[in-house]
Amino acid sequence: MWEKELINLVWIVVKIIIILIPILLAVAYLTYVERRVIGYMQCRIGPNRVGFMGLLQPIADAMKLLFKEIIIPAPSNRYLFIIAPILSFAPAIFVWSVIPFSQGLVLANINAGLLFVLAATSLGVYGVLVAGWASNSKYAFFGGMRAAAQIVSYEIAMGFALVGVLLAAGSMNLTTIVEHQTGGLWHWYWLPLFPLFIVYWIAGVAETNRAPFDMAEGESEIVAGFHVEYSAIAFAVFFLAEYANMILIASLATLMFLGGWLSPFQGIPVLGPALAFVPGLIWFIAKVGFFLLLYLWIRATFPRYRYDQVMRLGWKILIPVTLVWIVVVAFMVKLNLPPWFAG
Amino acid sequence: MLANYFPILVFICIAIAIPVALIMAGYILAKRKPSPAKLSSYECGYDAFEDARMRFDVRYYLVAILFILFDLETAFLFPWAVSLHTIGWFGFISMMVFLAFLTIGFIYEWRKGALEWK
Repeated sequence: MWEKELINLVWIVVKIIIILIPILLAVAYLTYVERRVIGYMQCRIGPNRVGFMGLLQPIADAMKLLFKEIIIPAPSNRYLFIIAPILSFAPAIFVWSVIPFSQGLVLANINAGLLFVLAATSLGVYGVLVAGWASNSKYAFFGGMRAAAQIVSYEIAMGFALVGVLLAAGSMNLTTIVEHQTGGLWHWYWLPLFPLFIVYWIAGVAETNRAPFDMAEGESEIVAGFHVEYSAIAFAVFFLAEYANMILIASLATLMFLGGWLSPFQGIPVLGPALAFVPGLIWFIAKVGFFLLLYLWIRATFPRYRYDQVMRLGWKILIPVTLVWIVVVAFMVKLNLPPWFAG
Repeated sequence: MLANYFPILVFICIAIAIPVALIMAGYILAKRKPSPAKLSSYECGYDAFEDARMRFDVRYYLVAILFILFDLETAFLFPWAVSLHTIGWFGFISMMVFLAFLTIGFIYEWRKGALEWK
């Protein structure tokens, strides 16, 4: 009996490793792509020395950070200081257990998938808050407070946007949500839920503390915000968590609004059948890549918001928009508006 | 049913183990030479002139309270959204009334200036 359980456990661990390795590689290479893309957007070249076209840069960075000295400031709370990066990293990683990469390609196909995602991404704020508090440094403290207030504010708008998706799909299972969008580009939820899609994306950028909402770091005002006291590998763990969260938000936006692994040309006469051979995973990766590029593009384009503007945008614009559109979506679903909600 | 959640539990354990292993590796591999100056908290090169555990703006607290209110609404909306097809027009109208009350509260808090950051 227990051998069977053990084999089951080993099998689960193998599957987790198969999911984790591409994600960690994607995280590492996202840092490289970011530096290259933003470099070209600013008429620079970016890192190109380590390896062919700088492709070994992320590995060199990881090695460097691993061998640097870990400094725990004397006034800090030692244990909380060490726990904070772990608290930040773990939720960003274990959410991937419910993300379907393609039809049936998911570790745990649970009914409450979206609820689990919302709950797990909410945990990320603790890492930031604990880091800001435990550092016992003024910059870290301000960064932590600001980041926490910003993240919880945008989480409301994000939660309301998710409610719109739930209304449209009638299910919390991420696979079902994607299946309900079958039928090509015009059947995806970005069209009927367009305001929620935009709100979700803005809230997603704010949740991950990326420019132009990078109040938590705000290097021109509070140096590096909540991780100002962190060095070496502890800093790297925060960094990895941030990028893992970016990829996560991009994946969720893909699943909920851009039809996940579905081909955009479904139902189009010539292109649809011609491109039907492309596996769903490729479409998924392409769409996630599009959102990640959007992240970098936004960062290179917009200047940082002022803090009161960030809060105003979250509370006074995004929340009213979502509240109105939830009602509109509810009516559309109730009246079975074709083509999205027929039947 | 619950068996579906077991892989998530394993994943959570692995997700915690990775950063723990990284930080431990950092401790083992990196040379450490602490000195008082290195261990002081960062304040642009000056000695920190007071503890960072000081008073902070009460509006952060207010945001936290408002967040709890609105997040509860989200938690309330989730099951409603999923079961909209089965609860009929009665369920639909009930939630519209609830959202109307929520909006009145939101307008009140807006007019009272709870959302202002000056």
